[in-house]
This record gives sequence, structure tokens and C-alpha cells, in this order.
Amino acid sequence: MKKFPEANTYFWQGNEACAEAALATGCRFFAGYPITPASEIAEYLSKRLPQVGGIAIQMEDEMASIGAVVGASWTGNKAMTATSGPGFDLMQETIGWAFMTETPCVIVDVQRAGPSTGQATKCGQGDVMQSRWGTHGDYSAIALSPNSVQEMFELTIKAFNLAEKYRTPVILLADEIVAHMRERIILPSSESIEIINRRKPKPNEKTFFGLEEVPPMPSVGEGFNVAVTGSTHNEYGIRFTADPTVHKQLVERLNNKIQNHAEEIADSETYNTDDCQIGIISFGCTSRAIYEAVEIAEAKRIKTGYIRLKTIWPFPEKAVRQLAETAEKIIVPEMNLRQIFYEVQRVANGLTEVIPLNKIGGGELITPEELFEKIQESVKNG
Amino acid sequence: MDEPFSIRKYLRPIPLPFCPGCGGLTVMSAFLRAVHELGHENLSNFVFCSGIGCSSWIPSPHFIADSVHTLHGRSIPVATGIKLLRPDLNVVVFGGDGDIVGIGLSHFIHAARRNLDILVIMVNNMVYGMTGGQVAPTTPFKAKTTTTPYGSFEHPLDAARLAVTAGASYVSRWTTAHPNELKESMKNAIEMKGFRYIEAVSQCPTAFGRRVGFKDAGEMLKWFKENTITIKQAESLNEEDLTGKIIVGEFVQRQRPTLVETIYKTIEEAQKENEEN
Repeated sequence: MKKFPEANTYFWQGNEACAEAALATGCRFFAGYPITPASEIAEYLSKRLPQVGGIAIQMEDEMASIGAVVGASWTGNKAMTATSGPGFDLMQETIGWAFMTETPCVIVDVQRAGPSTGQATKCGQGDVMQSRWGTHGDYSAIALSPNSVQEMFELTIKAFNLAEKYRTPVILLADEIVAHMRERIILPSSESIEIINRRKPKPNEKTFFGLEEVPPMPSVGEGFNVAVTGSTHNEYGIRFTADPTVHKQLVERLNNKIQNHAEEIADSETYNTDDCQIGIISFGCTSRAIYEAVEIAEAKRIKTGYIRLKTIWPFPEKAVRQLAETAEKIIVPEMNLRQIFYEVQRVANGLTEVIPLNKIGGGELITPEELFEKIQESVKNG
Repeated sequence: MDEPFSIRKYLRPIPLPFCPGCGGLTVMSAFLRAVHELGHENLSNFVFCSGIGCSSWIPSPHFIADSVHTLHGRSIPVATGIKLLRPDLNVVVFGGDGDIVGIGLSHFIHAARRNLDILVIMVNNMVYGMTGGQVAPTTPFKAKTTTTPYGSFEHPLDAARLAVTAGASYVSRWTTAHPNELKESMKNAIEMKGFRYIEAVSQCPTAFGRRVGFKDAGEMLKWFKENTITIKQAESLNEEDLTGKIIVGEFVQRQRPTLVETIYKTIEEAQKENEEN
């Protein structure tokens, strides 16, 4: 096997595409714990990482996995873990720690039907809010939502790039369907892939946790004597657990460095959003139904448009607001009991009616026919 | 080595957080003395990981070094990620008994099983000191704590014996009443490979001592001295006679393939196999 597969068309599984993308970005460390439907990422990287001089290790649980990933990132390497809902639960505390210590890393959550053990092998999209609010305290998350094997590749690369650019943990919010399906993927040449690496400090720099929006990040063992802590700290990394100003400055900066760049991070596929009667906002596997549903609707002369969210967090408010200004109604199909729906409703803020379309259990996708029925029903009720 | 030991050389000029009489200072001093006597002018070859608890503040942020102050119980996993990618650095974990063998126990066992090349120094004060003196997995049977007001109804864990069973390369236990033995043990362990565990039984006069009848730190140190027996002495005693005794000494010193060795050998083999195909 070559270091990186040649640019070509392949027939890959989503989890394989994600793992290969991680290698393409230069990820050299993976730690994980077996869980359906994410285990293929661990298996694939356990084979591939040693071939490129990297390390894959199965830890004793998910807390250890993400802990090792954060440790690895502080050696200057790119690192990743992959899990599903129950494991994602266990990682939440460390995600907060990675956010607070400004540690770039990628966490893949291949969603399955929860809560709890739920339907372990079936698809769900119930971790949308968990990926935003899973850890405690005030924080901002970046989460991306792929809807194909191609995007499992592309958005994994993007996840690493955003993690490195903003020095923050990034979540690839995949789901069982996009992770397990096999389909065509057009692999670019490794040279053509844009890769962002964290900014390193200059030799005499001492402030790795402040002053700038995204401070430079040293590695351990480079002589910087870096003090890393999840407790409130000043720009030098020194704990300040009683001073209200230090806490306010730190936590506001950590949130602002993401929120102030929400539009830059925002990524979506849009269609006919400025001239539609019915708008659809969808993401992940569910969004695979919109293309056919829109085709059927257009054949019936219903002007339909959509936003397919590739970035879920920070929520792409601008695009959603624009659609709310145009569309008479917005339908939000998702495989959960209303999660993105409330976000859309919040942003639409009464400009238009937001209609939920939810389906859970058994891993059954919302079909194009079901979505079209909802479109038709919305027009009739209009 | 010719230069006299100065603890300040290794410490940031910021106030230490420990209560008067805290054993953490003895452990800090023993470690830095060990480092000094081994000839390390500074701590640039070290990375320190610690969790949550008073003793996790020994290195972080006080040592002039790279220090990673992690979550409660997760210092060993973080140290795993660091050590595997920077095998050239000496990775040392400091933590309390609640941190290392309470919430973080699973990581402790697995790191010993893997023979991960790190040194874990556990300051065992037999209580959750930072949170005000609650019962710990190491609290002596019948000892009164804030969450065992009628005395602890549980038996304490012997983390040193556990580390031996799990596969550690080096295990020792001393108390803060044995600073020299502690320092010598640290010198030995710093120079070794594989998983090394040193337990420093330590006094917490604030959150433990005063509740179990000790007037001050001095009385606790006296208690340590009087109740300490060596591993050899312990061999001839039965379970009952051993109750309440602190067994000190080197529990094991052995050579086993370490995780860094086996993982890098695996990488080498994988690359070779890959080239052949």
C-alpha cells in the first residue's frame, strides 16, 4: 500500500474515507475504544498508521482515548479519536478540557440511535445538541456533518484544518448511514489537498493562552516550559481561579474566537434559496432524500429550495435567516425528535413557519416520498 | 552535582498552595533533590502530567518545565499520548490517591499492564483533601472522615501490590517520614524504563489528621514512623497483625518489554511488511 492512495475513483466505506483523510492531513495518532458503528475507523487506522510511522492504540475506555489524543496533540502531532453516542458521552469532560486548554484534535461521533444503548447498530441523528452543549460551562463547538462517503473524506480534512486554525477540538458529526455505506469517492491527489497546521510560537514567546485571538501553540519538549491547565489561567497558563477578570477574559476569548468567525466556518450546499415557496434545511444522511424530493416537487410546480448544512456548529445563522426571508415555509427533516428544528425556529424568529419532520427507530431514513408528502401538505395548508 | 541543591532553581517564583504541615512539600523536595543529584541542571528533559487534587499542584505550574494539568483521574492517559509520541522525554505523573487509584484506577492498572514508560508518583494522604476530607479508597478501616462520620466501613486498597500484580517494572512505597529513602527510590525510578510507581504516604493535617486525633503534622509523622514495617518484616505477619501498618520498601524491580519498545518494534515490522508487499 502506498503512503497515500493515488488520485483516482474508489469504492469506499465512509469510515474508511474518514480514516484515509485523517492520514492525508498528517494525523499520526489515534486512540479509541471499540463501539458500533465507529469501530472500522479504529481498525483501518490500526493497520494504516504504523505503515506511515504513526501510532494507533486501543485504550481502556473513551475517557482514556480522548485523554491520550489531547496528550498527543501537545507533542505537536495531529491526533484523532472516533466513537458513537455512549462513548461520546464519556468524552464530554475531556472535550471541555481540550476547549479550555486550546488543544486541536478531532473527535468523530458516528451517531447511532440513542439514548443510552438504544439501537446500537441503527442510525440516528440524536447527538446534534450533545455536540453543541455536551460539556459543562460556557463554550463554543465546531461540528461538521458529512452526507456522503466523499464528504466523510472532505469534512475530516476540514475538521483537522479548523482544529489547527482555531486551536480547538472539532467534532465530525457523522452517522451510521454515511459511515457504513459504500459508494464512489473521487480521491484528490495528496498535493492538491489544502492542509492547515497550527501556528508555532517564536523562540522567545511566552504567551500561549491569550493576548491574541488564537495564540501560537508550543509543544512539550521544545523548551517553552508550557503550563497547560483546564483551570482558569492567564495568558502564561498560570492558574487564576479566584480573579473574575481573568476568567471573563479567557472564556469570552475562547468563545469569541469561534463565534466571531461563524460565517467563515459556515459551510453549506444551497439550492434555489432565493426563489422558493418551500425551503428545506437538512444535514447528514437525512439530507440524501432532499434531491429527489425537490425533483418530485418541482415536477408538480412547487418551487422548492434547500440548505444542506455541512457546518452544524456554529449554526449558520446567516444562510438560514436568508431562507426564512424567502420561503413561505421551512421543513426540517431529521432523524431525531427535533433538534436542528429549534435552531431554525430560533433563527427564523417568526419570519416564516418552521415545520418539523422527524423519524426515529430502526435506522430507517426519511424517504424522498415522505419528504415530498410533507412539502405537498405544507403547500395545501398554506 | 557540585553545586549545592537549591529548590528555587526548579520552581517558578509564585506562592505554593499547600497548607502548613502538608506532606506534599516533602514529596516535591524529595523529587527535585533526586533530579538534582542525578545531575539535571533543569527539567527540560521532563514532562509532568497531573490530575486534580492537592498533590497535582506539585508540578503544575510550579516546576519550571512543561506541565500538563489534566482532569481528575486522567493524567495517565494524557501521559500515554505524550510518551508514545515523545519517547525521548521523561514523563512523570504526580497525583493523589483519589486521583490515581480512585477515579483514575482503571488507567493506573492498564498503564502498569502495558508497562508504559512513565513514572507515577502517588501522594497517598488517605483522604480527599482538596474537597475537605472525604473518604478515599485508601482511607484506613474505621477512620472518621466527613463522609464516614461513624468510621469507614470499607477496607483500603493496597495500590503498590496492585501495581506489582498488574505488571509494573518498579514499585516502591515510602512515607514522608522517610524523605531520604523516598529520594533514593525516585533516583532509581527516574533512570529506569517501563511503568514505575512510587507511593509516598503523606500527611494531611488539615483534612485528615485532625479528624482522626492527630494534633499536628509532627504527630502524623511520628505515627508513620511507628507504624511502618518493611516488606521483609511483613512477610512473617498475618493479615490481622498487618492491619493499620504501612509496609514500605521496594516491592518489585524487574525488566519487562516496555510499551515504547513494543509499539516502535511493531511500527518497524509493519513498515517492513508493507515494503515487501
